[in-house]
Amino acid sequence: MLEINSLLNNLEAELQQLIIQRKLLNPLMIGIRTGGVWIAEQMHKRLALSEPLGLLDISFYRDDFSQIGVHPDVKPSCIPAHIEGRDIILIDDVFYTGRTVRAALNEIFDYGRPNQVILAVLIERNGKHIPIAPDCVGTRMILTANQRIKLTGPKPLAIHLETSPDTP
Amino acid sequence: MTKAIDNLQLNAEGKLKHFITIEGLGKTLLTEILDTAESFVGMTDQQIKKVPLLRGKTIVNLFFENSTRTRTTFELAAKRLSADVLSMSISTSSTSKGESLLDTIRNLEAMFVDMFVVRHGISGAAHFIARHTAPHISVINAGDGQHAHPTQAMLDMFTIRQIKKDFTALRVAIIGDILHSRVARSQIQALNTLGAAEIRVIAPKTLLPAHVETLGVNVCHNLNEGLKDIDVIIMLRLQKERMTSALLPSESEYFKCFGLTESKLKIAKPDAIVMHPGPINRGVEIESSVADGSQSVILKQVSNGIAVRMAIMSMAMQPQGGMQ
Repeated sequence: MLEINSLLNNLEAELQQLIIQRKLLNPLMIGIRTGGVWIAEQMHKRLALSEPLGLLDISFYRDDFSQIGVHPDVKPSCIPAHIEGRDIILIDDVFYTGRTVRAALNEIFDYGRPNQVILAVLIERNGKHIPIAPDCVGTRMILTANQRIKLTGPKPLAIHLETSPDTP
Repeated sequence: MTKAIDNLQLNAEGKLKHFITIEGLGKTLLTEILDTAESFVGMTDQQIKKVPLLRGKTIVNLFFENSTRTRTTFELAAKRLSADVLSMSISTSSTSKGESLLDTIRNLEAMFVDMFVVRHGISGAAHFIARHTAPHISVINAGDGQHAHPTQAMLDMFTIRQIKKDFTALRVAIIGDILHSRVARSQIQALNTLGAAEIRVIAPKTLLPAHVETLGVNVCHNLNEGLKDIDVIIMLRLQKERMTSALLPSESEYFKCFGLTESKLKIAKPDAIVMHPGPINRGVEIESSVADGSQSVILKQVSNGIAVRMAIMSMAMQPQGGMQ
């Protein structure tokens, strides 16, 4: 089991630095369901953001509909403010192939044209498929193909490293 | 017959393939449709009201019978899912030149279509097309004869759930021309599947099908009595175009006995909602002030129709045959 608090501390520090560097003005934070929302809740509290947290369900924007169809547990997205011209902090738990973030960006842009978007993830692992990368990370990890990171939560929030016996 | 429809509607994994009738679909599946629709309702906040789910798919609306609401909302639903959609009113097209239904279907199939949304005046038409069409094509029933109108029933269920939250305590009255109503048949099946406490049909004897009680409803011939303790009132349109014999003395007589007026509405529970699948005949089955009143959710039903049809279309277009 990985120690989640130190990763959250790292992520918070990186975010604070980038907010200053990129001059983010009253940023709107959006978490990607489900794990990303849990991390975003933590960051939202730590950074003392005044505006409510946005929730994004990217199920309708995934690129694998033709393989797996609609996820039965799809929930509505909830963006509490206008996106137009805003600075956005997009949060996910694990950055892996980059496909989730691509879908999330597509969905965000359907709500309006933001000024800038930064991506913060708790863990960036190897295995990227498309040219997207996080701006802030809690940690980076090199995993084998049969290993995956699983977040459980929201209370208590914990990360687990799982190894499946059959390598794909 | 029922079994055949069951099998036809679901694929080997029990997922939706065609949507022809509520009959034979379980509570879990109906709830899944409602939940998926819930997510699509949120989309109205988006500046660009479109999701890319059905990009590159072609949907043909085959309307052999007139429709405004249903055809428009199906078309909008398809467009919001990013599908390419073609709406055909067939009475004005090849069939009037003598082409058979199956030939029309074969020709459209040859144009690489992925889904047919079918409305037809003959009961069983959508089922017939589903049975004969190419295996990769999904068929959605947008109303067939007096048989079924399952997407209308689902958008009604969605609207009821949105307001009343839970079905198990609900007493629902369906009032009017039950005899000719495919909507009523689908609603009764959906309400029973979702566990409504009571379904009451209220109509003159001439506008009720024989043995209607076998559908799992209580029958009442008096509106004043029937409205007692009711949470949801569903008014039906008097389908004059389908009446081949003298079923009613007159419209005004009908309105006097079965029309929903403000004073009759007071008999139902104070928080009862008034629904109507449209088009409404003001002054025939419903008083104008009730149709436009605070308890009416008629226009909400129309809006919800888009989200519910998006849910059904995207579920039926899911990959079939376990490509995962």
